[in-house]
Amino acid sequence: MAEYIISILLLIGGCFVLVGSIGLVKMPDFFMRLHGPTKATTLGMASLLTAAMVFFSTTGEGLSVKEILISIFLLLTAPISGYMLIKSAIHHKLDSIERTTGKDNIEDDV
Amino acid sequence: MRLEARFSWLPTPFRSLLLFVVWLLLNNTLSLGHIILGAVLAILIPLATYPFRTKQPLIMKPGLALRHLLLVLYDIITANVQVAILILGPTKKLNPGFVKVPLDLTHSMPITILASTVSLTPGTVSAEVYPWLESLPEGEDPSQRYLLIHVLNLQDEDALIKTIKQRYEAPLKEIFEC
Repeated sequence: MAEYIISILLLIGGCFVLVGSIGLVKMPDFFMRLHGPTKATTLGMASLLTAAMVFFSTTGEGLSVKEILISIFLLLTAPISGYMLIKSAIHHKLDSIERTTGKDNIEDDV
Repeated sequence: MRLEARFSWLPTPFRSLLLFVVWLLLNNTLSLGHIILGAVLAILIPLATYPFRTKQPLIMKPGLALRHLLLVLYDIITANVQVAILILGPTKKLNPGFVKVPLDLTHSMPITILASTVSLTPGTVSAEVYPWLESLPEGEDPSQRYLLIHVLNLQDEDALIKTIKQRYEAPLKEIFEC
């Protein structure tokens, strides 16, 4: 039973991480590329870590909950690294694709 | 908004709780020895580090904070699925855009939390907080702040701003009472 749960969680996690990476390659400009890694991967990693939690809880000695800490750490750092990346992209005035709306909302650096 | 905690020996109650829980999780145990050691560390470490910190607003409504956390976790899951569909779908149909969201929050910590939530939830990444603090006279607070966000597939700008303000900003305002 536990084996099925672990396999399903691993498959879901793997799919989401893969989709995030596909987004990184497929999207046309830097700003759109950022969306994959900041989102699709958080759920993917959470599934993989839950799988690890179930695996070590059923095969090791007793309950294993350390993986929760890794999930929390990922949830805290993903938006911050995304923010730093997009901030530097704006600072360097990277071009976004033409159909991007609201480009005039970007204010000039001081 | 309140910056000072009720008890002087417990300056940051929620950080202490977090330290305690993280200590128990790291040791992966619930034995009495570790509970006592964790509790002592959770009280002593904040006391020792508190003088170096800038004061942050305290959570005034823990129940609401917990409910907001669950809502955000649920939104993260739906956001992941939505973004996955957008990524796998045809790229040509996406309408990316930058949107400026006016903020009611004034303190930097609630704004940080809001920006992080926006980055983790459907199709948006927060990019910048305006106005630039460097452009203002020394020590002056800006009267109105804006959050610049990048949207992967922009359909209705006003609806998006309304959702962010109602769903994520309003609870934060209540939690920190600012």
